[in-house]
Amino acid sequence: MSLITTLARLEAVHTGRAQPAATVRHRHLSDRPLVFVPLTTAGEAGAPLGALVGTDRDAPHLLAVPQPRDRDLRFAFLAELADIVLPYVEAYAESVEAAERTETDPETGKRVKVEVDLCADAAQLVVPSRAGVDFVRLLGRSMRFRRTAEQDPETPHPAPPRVPLLGRWLTHYGERARVPGSSLLLAVTDLLGRHWATGQSTLEDQHLGALLAWIAPDGAEGATGAEAARRAELARDGDGQLLCPPAGPATDPAFDNKLLAPAIERYDRARTALAAAEDGLEADERLGALTAAEREIRALVESRTRPTWDAVWRGLDLLRELPEGAHAEERWTRDRWSFTSHRDRVLAGEPPQPRRDDAVTAANKLATREREQARLEAQEALDDPLVMAGRRLAGEAFAGEVVDVVMAYSESKRPSPRPLVTVRTDDRPYLGERVKVYRSLGGKPQTAEFVGAASSDDAPEDGTLVLRITDRMGRGKEPEAGSVPEKGDLVCFTLFEHEPRGGAKLPDPEQTPWTHGGPPGEAASVPEAADAQTEEDVL
Amino acid sequence: MTAETLAAPAAFDPGAEAARATAAILHDTLHGTERGVVVDSPPGAGKSTLVVRAALELAAAGRPLMVVAQTNAQVDDLVLRLAEKNPDLPVGRLHSSDADPYDKALDGLENVRKSAKAADLAGLSVVLSTAAKWAHVKVDEPWRHAIVDEAYQMRSDSLLAVAGLFERALFVGDPGQLDPFATVGSEQWAGLAYDPSSSAVTTLLAHNPGLPQHRLPVSWRLPASASRLVSDAFYPYTPFRSGTDHGDRSLAFSVPSDGSGPDRVIDEAAAAGWGLLELPARHTPRTDPEAVRAVAAVVRRLLDREGRATSERSPDPAPLTADRVAVGTAHRDQAAAVRAALAGLGVHDVTVDTANRLQGREYDVTVVLHPLSGRPDATAFHLETGRLCVLTSRHRHACIVVCREGVGDLLDDYPSTEPVQLGTLVKFPDGWEANHAVLAHLAEHRVAWRP
Amino acid sequence: MDKGSLASALGSASVFGQSQFAFTRGNAFEARVKADGGAELLRLVHDGLDRGAEPPAEATVHLPDLSATGPEGRAARTSLALREATGAAGAWTLLDHPMLALEVAGSPAFLEPDAVVVHPDGSWTVVEIKSFPMLDGSADPAKVGAAARQAAVYVLALERVAARLDPAPRVRHRVLLVCPKDFSNLPTASAVDVRKQRAVTGRQLARLTRVEEIADALPEGVCFSPEQSAEELAAAVEAVPATYAPECLSACELAFHCRARSREAGAVTCLGRPVRAELGGLSTVEDVLAAARGEAGDPDDPAVAALRRAAGLRAEALAAAGGVTGCH
Repeated sequence: MSLITTLARLEAVHTGRAQPAATVRHRHLSDRPLVFVPLTTAGEAGAPLGALVGTDRDAPHLLAVPQPRDRDLRFAFLAELADIVLPYVEAYAESVEAAERTETDPETGKRVKVEVDLCADAAQLVVPSRAGVDFVRLLGRSMRFRRTAEQDPETPHPAPPRVPLLGRWLTHYGERARVPGSSLLLAVTDLLGRHWATGQSTLEDQHLGALLAWIAPDGAEGATGAEAARRAELARDGDGQLLCPPAGPATDPAFDNKLLAPAIERYDRARTALAAAEDGLEADERLGALTAAEREIRALVESRTRPTWDAVWRGLDLLRELPEGAHAEERWTRDRWSFTSHRDRVLAGEPPQPRRDDAVTAANKLATREREQARLEAQEALDDPLVMAGRRLAGEAFAGEVVDVVMAYSESKRPSPRPLVTVRTDDRPYLGERVKVYRSLGGKPQTAEFVGAASSDDAPEDGTLVLRITDRMGRGKEPEAGSVPEKGDLVCFTLFEHEPRGGAKLPDPEQTPWTHGGPPGEAASVPEAADAQTEEDVL
Repeated sequence: MTAETLAAPAAFDPGAEAARATAAILHDTLHGTERGVVVDSPPGAGKSTLVVRAALELAAAGRPLMVVAQTNAQVDDLVLRLAEKNPDLPVGRLHSSDADPYDKALDGLENVRKSAKAADLAGLSVVLSTAAKWAHVKVDEPWRHAIVDEAYQMRSDSLLAVAGLFERALFVGDPGQLDPFATVGSEQWAGLAYDPSSSAVTTLLAHNPGLPQHRLPVSWRLPASASRLVSDAFYPYTPFRSGTDHGDRSLAFSVPSDGSGPDRVIDEAAAAGWGLLELPARHTPRTDPEAVRAVAAVVRRLLDREGRATSERSPDPAPLTADRVAVGTAHRDQAAAVRAALAGLGVHDVTVDTANRLQGREYDVTVVLHPLSGRPDATAFHLETGRLCVLTSRHRHACIVVCREGVGDLLDDYPSTEPVQLGTLVKFPDGWEANHAVLAHLAEHRVAWRP
Repeated sequence: MDKGSLASALGSASVFGQSQFAFTRGNAFEARVKADGGAELLRLVHDGLDRGAEPPAEATVHLPDLSATGPEGRAARTSLALREATGAAGAWTLLDHPMLALEVAGSPAFLEPDAVVVHPDGSWTVVEIKSFPMLDGSADPAKVGAAARQAAVYVLALERVAARLDPAPRVRHRVLLVCPKDFSNLPTASAVDVRKQRAVTGRQLARLTRVEEIADALPEGVCFSPEQSAEELAAAVEAVPATYAPECLSACELAFHCRARSREAGAVTCLGRPVRAELGGLSTVEDVLAAARGEAGDPDDPAVAALRRAAGLRAEALAAAGGVTGCH
């Protein structure tokens, strides 16, 4: 944690209110995000209990699984979820614009520009917390290898038709969420934690209610953030239930034991009774009891998810008050490319994402994420003086006033301008001789190299630095107007590059070298098997 | 277990042991049937010498060879060494298209051709470059042979990018030094043999467990006083010995001690090979001014007292000059603070750097600011085995550690609640244990000092 | 000591407790793993750790009865069963819920691993059965870490038992972690190397002898009983030095109480241990803020100097961004 953030947190403690950790919004927010607040069953892997989902903050869809251990009821939940999520996703997938992409021509091996479709916008999924992101990934994994009756008439427990497809999309979203700066799938706690510093630890910030209590406490006039957060974490009603239920997907054990378990038991009993009904009249009556039991569980699920649902939207409101950072749109375009490419893979009939990445895919993903991490760090600093302040404090950037400019030229046959610019700064960058530094000039990075400290002493601490500008001054002998800083200008240079360089191209998976297990061979062409299923109907 | 292996035969002949190991390595490399040979080399065991020798023998056998190193400095160093051993050998230095891509000293070598394009260097006996540059090279016909240097510091994905360029390879490296790292999380691949963030050797051996593995058994750098501690603490399963014995080297000073803390710790280190200058316990920021001044004071006195280092290299003592002394720190800001403090004392030519940058370097005396000195917490970064290993294994004569009291308690207080990924190889010993082992040893050479 | 009820009595009820769904499922899973005389469990041990040995399906398998009165009796029975099993060369022995004694700070603590297996070669393996899933071969690293630390304590306790036998049998340092596979309740297993955790725990246990010294230092009459008044209890708990960090919240029932105390004291570590890293000797919120504002602190102290620069840069940035008030 940078000292600037630490200071912001301590001020939050002191004032009892969260302090700004950013001055602009560093993530793109869709005008119409799909919010998903899931709950899961304790002790089970991927057995959802229910969810609120939708794009209308006043009318969420309520989904509930009255007996989470029943495979058919779980499938019904997933089918319902698919009927809400997939139309939302597909609406974005269908609206495209023309774009250019550089590809390697398979015949000539040359890089050529091709015109392709790019989705004009992408579907954005918002969950309450990081655990919600993990749950999306888990749901995706649990669904994408399922077989439908159409795919495999022999399959013992066929999945509803659109469930495997939903699994593929959720898997893609879960995987994309691992790319730094991406916004296809967002956790509100991460978003709020990025933009505000609270007076509690980042660990405690994972509790959406406590986090909001610091940023925008509702009700409780005059309460400090700490008091309001403590209330969100611990306050219980007369029944021993938390006033602010956890944002899920895990539920509070007291809820499970006192409310949910008895309700599920009543549901089970009603179902058994219905099955044992001996005539139509009895069946009608018992069906009524079953419906009532089911309604009770739905009400319980809603009572635990609705506060979180409202909190998510409140968080989004707060975030929308911040102006969007200059580069957020560019990163969102990358998200749109990611969305489009997944759409294309689905359309092309490619199989679902494998359980494990092969060596080449893993290496490519890691390279992409490291590049995006570098890009994100640079762009956030360029977009936000508060972030840049942290980099300046860390010696990775410096800001100051130009106190002198001396024209100079390179020693080549065709001399190019290499002006020497003296900058006076209070910052203490880690500069060595000929270290490259960059500033943003009309949105593009201009490079300079460090020549030395202006004074005779070689310690740069004294604050006057001489830089040699080396590019972006045009082709002529004289630099283009505005391309060289002038005396009196305020400038900010970074020691980090603004545009990360692309890495080397890795071999195709079929060319995996012997050091990494060799080519995949036949095994790779066999589609992945569905998960082994438990014999019992219930888990 | 190491005690048994080390208390082995009385007549340990380091030269013969090292020669035997080298011969076996060269035999497997030149005449073996496996596609790869792995060599573990502890600090100062002659890794570069081995690489140069293997390169020359492969070249002599007419096998086109590519050499992969991790940094430009490493590549340039190997080129210079090759040219020194065999000035007639046609060598290619493949470099990047950045400004100043290679050491200017290479321009003076007649048979070294330099280019940013691999095609320009075709047909030369040996072509050397960094892994990053090699990754951009495309070939129709792979090289018959490669040598991969510092393979433990190379990431698995980096090897993936270049492994298609060669048929067989000799992998050389030091398993005890700093592991490669990724700037983003890579947990999702933990446990996979080809986890792209793991070291190249880990992936290589996971996929090819039958490859011959050798180790260089003798450190020519570390003195007898240091090899035991470094071997026990950082290489418990691949122990090594010092090439010299107690008494083969000595460090003496013309100017007698003035009784100050720095002088006393210098004398302790000169006699025992280790010295711990312990400052009073206190939580401090990273650039603890007292500790920084103490480091600078020790260095100043090392130079002022006109040290003479006697070793097996020459019958006459060599003066302990500024270029034979280095200061190691964990962080860049600490290195900067020490440099400033040294400048204040009029010392300019002593290397001051972080562990990362000191890897592979060698000095007569090192002064180390302990990574945990004055810290209120112990993070994984500060506990990393490799960091401490690098810092305590750069010296030929003595190592002086400057540290606040209380690191032992800090270690004890720091509950080890590391997450565990299924299927990953456990790196052992871990930093916590190694730190305790080193501290326990240093405690025997402690000079308490209140500046 | 029941820290949960102590916390309730102190007025800082914790969020701990187990859902009955998790509890039921955990028990059902363990029963399933150990069903059929441990056939499945022994198969997993054979496959995961000892493929060279004769498969348990074809070998003699012993399932000694470990019941006895009281923990001491059960521990003695376990030791006896271990000795007998180690002598019975060539057979597999499964000890279901054995009882092990380990001396912690001078008094015996009793530990109950899920199972210990004696291999045909006489070596011993600790088995931990957990109900979190292994999904595509990997599991939640925090949970695996906790299981590894738990197993390491069992390994240490077993080593004390082994040391009393002649020749001392080998206690394996790779334990077997058994979990449900993917989304099913079918068991799968993974060997976990616990050498690290064992070394750390061993060192910590050696150091815990000093707990007695801590106990000696407590005022006389200190007693933790939930029946006391909240004030008395708070005073008693106060007498024990504790270092609160946010990580405690997920591990200890008393954490919310400790957090309240820590916040009252203005400790910066309330915000997480790493916060202190750059603050040097400053440890309270007010001290840090006063130093940052230039009201206190030695400007030559690099921590103070860095704080002032940070405060200045932060204020400058906020002002540049449009009049949001920052440091005053």
